[in-house]
Amino acid sequence: MKVLVTVKRVVDYTVPVRVKDDQTGVDTANVKMSMNPFDEIAVEEAIRLKEQGIAHEVIVVSIGLPVCQDTLRTALSMGADRAILVETDLDIQPLAAAKIFKAIALQESPQLIILGKQAIDSDHNQTGQMLAGLLNWPQATFISKLKVENNCVQVTREIEGGLETLLLQLPAVITTDLRLNKPRYLSLPQIMQAKKKPLQIMSASTLQLDLQPRLKIIKVVAPQKRRAGIKVSSVTELFDRLKNETQVW
Amino acid sequence: MKILFLSEHDNKKLQISNYHVLTAAQQLAGEIDVLVIGDHCETVVQAAQKLPSIHKVLVADAPEYAHQLAENSAELIASLAKEYQYIVASASAFGKNCLPRVAALLDLALVSDVVTIISPDTFERYIYAGNALTTVVINESIKILTIRQTAFSEAEPDKNEVAPVEMINTVFENKRTKFINQELTKNTRPELTAAKIIVSGGRGFKSAENFKLLEKLADQLGAAVGASRAAVDAGFAPNDYQVGQTGKVVAPDLYIAIGISGAIQHLAGMKDSKVIVAINSDPDAPIFAIADYGLVADLFDVLIEIEKFIKDKECN
Repeated sequence: MKVLVTVKRVVDYTVPVRVKDDQTGVDTANVKMSMNPFDEIAVEEAIRLKEQGIAHEVIVVSIGLPVCQDTLRTALSMGADRAILVETDLDIQPLAAAKIFKAIALQESPQLIILGKQAIDSDHNQTGQMLAGLLNWPQATFISKLKVENNCVQVTREIEGGLETLLLQLPAVITTDLRLNKPRYLSLPQIMQAKKKPLQIMSASTLQLDLQPRLKIIKVVAPQKRRAGIKVSSVTELFDRLKNETQVW
Repeated sequence: MKILFLSEHDNKKLQISNYHVLTAAQQLAGEIDVLVIGDHCETVVQAAQKLPSIHKVLVADAPEYAHQLAENSAELIASLAKEYQYIVASASAFGKNCLPRVAALLDLALVSDVVTIISPDTFERYIYAGNALTTVVINESIKILTIRQTAFSEAEPDKNEVAPVEMINTVFENKRTKFINQELTKNTRPELTAAKIIVSGGRGFKSAENFKLLEKLADQLGAAVGASRAAVDAGFAPNDYQVGQTGKVVAPDLYIAIGISGAIQHLAGMKDSKVIVAINSDPDAPIFAIADYGLVADLFDVLIEIEKFIKDKECN
């Protein structure tokens, strides 16, 4: 089985982001960038399928500037076999990303596509579902468990009131939630080895798709900050203050 | 202007989220049709008919829709879409699963997790775990939105009006996805996203056994129970308790964070609470930077004291 995994380069989750003064976006200059954590989980799951002998090839794909090669190399270091960078300087929004991934899927014919459920920068949570819709494949989002059986994949999804288990016929699209696995740490030999793995670069324009942004972002501001309140010294004081100073108790 | 409102339910009752999302739909100022997709969902339809200021209730009731799976639900919604200028649903696991697929089938963009409706085509939503707020304009012919429930107040049910029902007889099949089961957390407490008071626990609880102390406190206070990612990952609490960027977003009157350090991902899910209380033994925990009231103390001591305090209050 061939598995396709998508990865996005985002501001590292530990970095406190700062909104630019001109309100055009978030300052990403000189900020640590990493693979989107949900995508890291997606790569890890694909590699585990390979280690179990279920997948024979893991292909990772990313969209963006040449610097996204770094993110793809990280995925290769984790154990993916080869990488594809669809290069573009456009602001690629979820529908455009789904169109690109569909084009790659039609070229590569994977049986399973694994995406992170959302990117921690734009927090859209759309691309996987859109890709499944464009391909007309079954979908399972927010999954915390996965088992491949014959021509199917059994997945457990994290839903509003608990968990839901579905059986999807392959080919299928799934998106990862946090508890699916814990991604591995990279070793130096793996990082060295990954440098020799194939990384194909293609221009997004060669795909001849409508990739123009459909959502126009007119302003980005810092949300209203909460101020730190006061420290209380006891439970009694806490409840006294809640009673006298707020309407919530 | 016509709005298609995708209702959220379990085939028996309408979720509270619908009343919040309806407030958002009303702000779009159009004729609202409520869509109920399910199986043997008569009681849901009856409740939907009483939703305030709606035009009609569209009902797709068939065994194929029993589990409200994304594949055939999306096909059904897409088949109805061209009559409408808006399609809205809650930004819950259900809405987030289904509506992007609808958008793709129609070659349309979607605005996720809307917190403010500024004008008919301009919306506000958070990015970067709530650390930035964007204003987004969407120019699509049909605007598809998921709505953050906690950002809109609850619409009052209208007892005097009963909207007419229209059955949809076309059934879309779902041959390639099979529902196996659901394990729902048994919960007699208020729903997290609708609770007035939430007590939420983190890694500080140290074990699942200890976490039960928090549940006991919740029952005393009539509160819902939340948890940080650390507590869920460690197995102290089930996944649907998680509050944060990727879990539930809550905004109760009172949020009591106990043994939670306050990672930005957690703060993203609760910083719109009216009053925040933080109890933590580490005086430098980031949670104190956003808490209205902070108590630096061992959480197990505090739990005993709160229990005693409330018991005394009840006796008086």
